Amino acid sequence: MRHALANKVEAAESVREYLAGQEQKSLLRFLTCGSVDDGKSTLIGRLLSDTKQIFEDQLAALERDSRKHGTTGEDVDFALLVDGLEAEREQGITIDVAYRFFATPKRKFIVADTPGHEQYTRNMATGASTADLAIVLVDARQGVLRQTRRHSIIASLLGIRNIVVAVNKIDLVGFDQKVFDRITAEYAAFAESLGFKSVVPIPMSARFGDNVTRRSDKMGWYSGPTLIEHLESVVVEEEAAERPFRFPVQYVNRPNLDFRGFAGTIASGSVSQGDEIVVAKSGKPSTVKRIVAQGGDLRTAVAGQAVTIVLEDEVEVSRGNLLVAPAARPHVADQFAANVVWFDEQALLPGRSYILRTETDQASATVTDLKYRINVNDFAHEAAKSLEMNEVGVCNISAQSPVAFDSFADNRTTGAFILIDRISNATVGAGMILHPLRRSENIHWQSLDVTSKARADLKNQRPAVLWFTGLSGSGKSTVANLLEKKLHATGRHTYVLDGDNVRHGLNRDLGFTDEDRVENIRRVAEVAKLMADAGLIVIVSFISPFRAERRMARELMGQGEFVEVFVDTPFEECAKRDPKGLYARALAGAIKNFTGVDSPYETPKNPEIHLQTLGKTPEEMVEAVEAWLNERDIAEHQYDDGGGI
Amino acid sequence: MLARLTHLDRLEAEAIHIFREVAATFTKPVMLYSVGKDSSVLLHLAMKAFYPAKPPFPFLHVDTTWKFREMIEFRDTMARELGFDLLVHVNPDGVRDNINPFDHGSNTHTHVMKTVGLRQALDKYGFDAAFGGARRDEEKSRAKERIFSFRNAQHAWDPKNQRPEMWKIFNTRVSAGESIRVFPLSNWTELDIWQYILQENIPIVPLYFAKHRPVVERDGMLILRDDDRMKLHPGEVVENKLVRFRTLGCYPLTGAIESDADSLEGIVSEMLTARTSERQGRLIDRDEAGSMEKKKREGYF
Repeated sequence: MRHALANKVEAAESVREYLAGQEQKSLLRFLTCGSVDDGKSTLIGRLLSDTKQIFEDQLAALERDSRKHGTTGEDVDFALLVDGLEAEREQGITIDVAYRFFATPKRKFIVADTPGHEQYTRNMATGASTADLAIVLVDARQGVLRQTRRHSIIASLLGIRNIVVAVNKIDLVGFDQKVFDRITAEYAAFAESLGFKSVVPIPMSARFGDNVTRRSDKMGWYSGPTLIEHLESVVVEEEAAERPFRFPVQYVNRPNLDFRGFAGTIASGSVSQGDEIVVAKSGKPSTVKRIVAQGGDLRTAVAGQAVTIVLEDEVEVSRGNLLVAPAARPHVADQFAANVVWFDEQALLPGRSYILRTETDQASATVTDLKYRINVNDFAHEAAKSLEMNEVGVCNISAQSPVAFDSFADNRTTGAFILIDRISNATVGAGMILHPLRRSENIHWQSLDVTSKARADLKNQRPAVLWFTGLSGSGKSTVANLLEKKLHATGRHTYVLDGDNVRHGLNRDLGFTDEDRVENIRRVAEVAKLMADAGLIVIVSFISPFRAERRMARELMGQGEFVEVFVDTPFEECAKRDPKGLYARALAGAIKNFTGVDSPYETPKNPEIHLQTLGKTPEEMVEAVEAWLNERDIAEHQYDDGGGI
Repeated sequence: MLARLTHLDRLEAEAIHIFREVAATFTKPVMLYSVGKDSSVLLHLAMKAFYPAKPPFPFLHVDTTWKFREMIEFRDTMARELGFDLLVHVNPDGVRDNINPFDHGSNTHTHVMKTVGLRQALDKYGFDAAFGGARRDEEKSRAKERIFSFRNAQHAWDPKNQRPEMWKIFNTRVSAGESIRVFPLSNWTELDIWQYILQENIPIVPLYFAKHRPVVERDGMLILRDDDRMKLHPGEVVENKLVRFRTLGCYPLTGAIESDADSLEGIVSEMLTARTSERQGRLIDRDEAGSMEKKKREGYF
């Protein structure tokens, strides 16, 4: 009995020793990418299997699955280990990224197996964004393909500096060195301008395990490392700790009046008690009083740690701001240039408003200028009006409020952002900041003494933007015209911005493509905003077919200033009325991009005023609008109550 | 020279970051507390993330009425000691219809008491984000799931159309009725969990440690007869065996393993030499091919 106990104690000690050893191992995060059917999933299955990460019950399931879905005849199909979704197994393809974990005596690994199909590029980017190394697979029979190039460019843009070119299926070309040399040379020439630190080509057969974890006996001509040898030894710089201190404030922890801590993850550098810091957006200085942790305060904390910082002074700091080193500050600007990878089926349109999100900050933002698109085959910079799904381009971006950031080259955490669609909330793009735009640094708001309210008070009215939207021929202009007449007659100061009229002047350079429609609305919204600021009641009569732009216009105006009026006339009725003869021509194909015919109209979901026009006269509709306005004191005289007497 | 962070340090920081991100951006988060070892780690991390404050959200246990008694005791003790806000939900329709794993099978039981029960609870309180302890190394479809995993208003997961998840920038925006399931332990392995429990001295349900317990062998699994709702089939006998559990769920659906590991070190040592995965003891995963993915699409965690 004593003996058994002694054994147990010894075993416990060795377990602790073993675990301590595990803790000393470094971690490498990498991804596999490349074209469809180059063998990415098979390679990972092989790595997992050869490093003994697969349990017996999983192996049994794999053998069962291989018989059902496998593509390797009698052999076990390792790809089925990672293709975990039903649709993937049925179609024999990878749709989304899978994360797998394995370890060797030297290192721990997290591997992202990413899809090769072009349509799932966003999932490849997801896997690449957190990786330090990319294994780019190339089928020895196919050579470097378009997707090989696209994935290499995306890896490079996302800051990956170490590449393995896995020349796979070498068994199918007779283990031929000439094939390997040709592909290696082709890739090297192509990748020259991508800024990789290391590019290591390895000939292998993932299916049979040659040069994966086991040195192949069929390629005497190859003297380089096996894949696993390279993965175990490649140096991935841990440089974040050496860079200037950056602390994106994620959450303000305020359980009671005596405690106010700023919680977040240190993006780079380190911080100690007593360090001087600066709040990035305001430039206000303070000193670190405490670094709070559950087990007791820390003296120092480094990049990667999630901590809570308490400052000496009561400075204004909220989520989205950065605490930074005073001697090396980030940029604070509302305009900057960035590389953008586009993910969404709806193209990126300059002028359209998106939600820009950094690690902790958020702002409305528009692409003011799409400078060029990058051709993934030859890196040519091509002029473009929009960025389609899976395309990469360089844009100027304008945010509605200033953002604190570094260039992505300097900091992968504070230099990155995503773009979110305002309506669907989908993540539609990812961006890597290049540099701030100087114009945002030199143009400041001139503050004026006569305020918006003062101008409106003089006119004895409350400014408003009545935004009429609806199909061509729905009756917008008729109602708008009549409404202005009535408001004018009662002494209101008004102006009508009419779609057709504005297109004769301010917007004469714009056509009817989606891109131009977005810009059309952006300009009109800005003009309406100026007019409302001048104290006017502005009546906008524009088809304005897209929800996103109407929303953008709404957010541009002051609280309660924007009134969406949906002039709801069915398409058939508009086409029948056809006051300008446009429907007849559009339906005959003589006009392109006509709303309702071959260009969509997105119906308002919650307009303030919904005018169903069928069976109603324009006068009745104007009365409905007036009644709505009167209820809210917009169109009525605002008599002073004579306060004082 | 500054200290290098260990692997566990990094995993801990990532999880804490995720907790705080949810607290900062959602209106009504909740943590799903299922009392197992992963939940224990999750709870520990939640306490750390908001120290010196308490986690700014409640903890929800979807009880099936078939959990081990020791789990329920442990749950109530933890809630009392740590002072967190514990909500317990049981599907009342399932109770009315006396849904149980013996008469209705593991599939129906799990669907009604866990999946539907969970959906009911989420709807009842209107939670817009729910933390779960799932890990990517557990199962093939889990390996495919995002850390912030979007659910539509019907709580369904669409594996073919997941939001891209770049860097640590999480898209936390949802419309009314939609929600996000959040998995702070996504990148942890089973070994990491045990290692962390050991390092941080985290309390876990005693069922994980070997002890003599009354078990019945059924369908190739050793089932702990936790109460007399489990009727013995002809020929079955209750034996007192030295056993423990690698995972915990409903007692009739969770197989014990014969083991003498009565310490954390013993458990880790056993795990390092294990030749089967932890989900092997779960009946629900073997019911049909792709069963986890199917359950998740229906709203299971």
